[in-house]
Amino acid sequence: MTNAGFILGSYALTFGSIVIFAWRTVKVGKRLSADLSDEDKPWL
Amino acid sequence: MTIDTPPITAATQRRGTSTPATRVIGILTISMTIWLGVFGLVLSPADRDQGDAVRIMYVHVPSVWLAYLAFIVTALASGVHLFGRRHSLQADRVAGASAEIGVVFMAVTLVTGMLWGRITWGVYWQWDARLTTTALLFISYVGYLAVRGLEGTREQRARRSAIVGLFAVLEVPLVHWSVKLWRSLHQEATVLGTDLDVSLDGLMLFSLFVGVVAFTLLFVWLLLHRSRMLTMLDLSAESGLESALAQRRAEGGASA
Repeated sequence: MTNAGFILGSYALTFGSIVIFAWRTVKVGKRLSADLSDEDKPWL
Repeated sequence: MTIDTPPITAATQRRGTSTPATRVIGILTISMTIWLGVFGLVLSPADRDQGDAVRIMYVHVPSVWLAYLAFIVTALASGVHLFGRRHSLQADRVAGASAEIGVVFMAVTLVTGMLWGRITWGVYWQWDARLTTTALLFISYVGYLAVRGLEGTREQRARRSAIVGLFAVLEVPLVHWSVKLWRSLHQEATVLGTDLDVSLDGLMLFSLFVGVVAFTLLFVWLLLHRSRMLTMLDLSAESGLESALAQRRAEGGASA
């Protein structure tokens, strides 16, 4: 594969951003959820 | 005085913003993303003109698709908030959550595009019509998020940001058609051009399709989680304010 550094770098950047963003979303959600009752979460 | 609140169990804490539906979407997203990696990096052939640089397209195009989708959802939800009878704050939260997702993926689009440009054009950046309008779109939505954070009541902030969200989305067609409107270094749309003709090899088109499906699922998953997160953030802010007011009243009563 030519230009492997650029190509693998773009995949790493994309998937890395997704993982960090998703992980942070779930983590903050869990933290906030700990302080609220089930009545405040209509999705449950 | 004591306030009766339902017990918060360990199970409640664990659940967070997750539901069986989001778990299914999450598993499907992970599976499709793995397939995207396999097709994009291994199975799909190198392009006759671009060589292996075409592999960047399988993450670059789905990223910009997701960002466009997110900004359109922001505009729709902003419209529901602004013109709906109840001026739903839930619609505002969906708009905000969608814009946050769009900004992240627009940033990914810009950086992957720069890496592709370095291979193909020899430079990371050119003040070309497509690149410049894309950068402006990104800055507009960073501005939208800044407007969401301005001072004011919850309703004022929602109304303000809904207006910005409805105007900012007008840039999306401008970015998409910029390669037609102005002379541009950037290649024209490969799949959704004006003639709706598809000029891609079968396996390349399939790899792109896998990427678009994976990122659409990812968008749904992120939107559900982040809009629920914003709901809880609002409730936490409200309950924090109520507690502070109750404490002040109690202090006032004790000193009187």
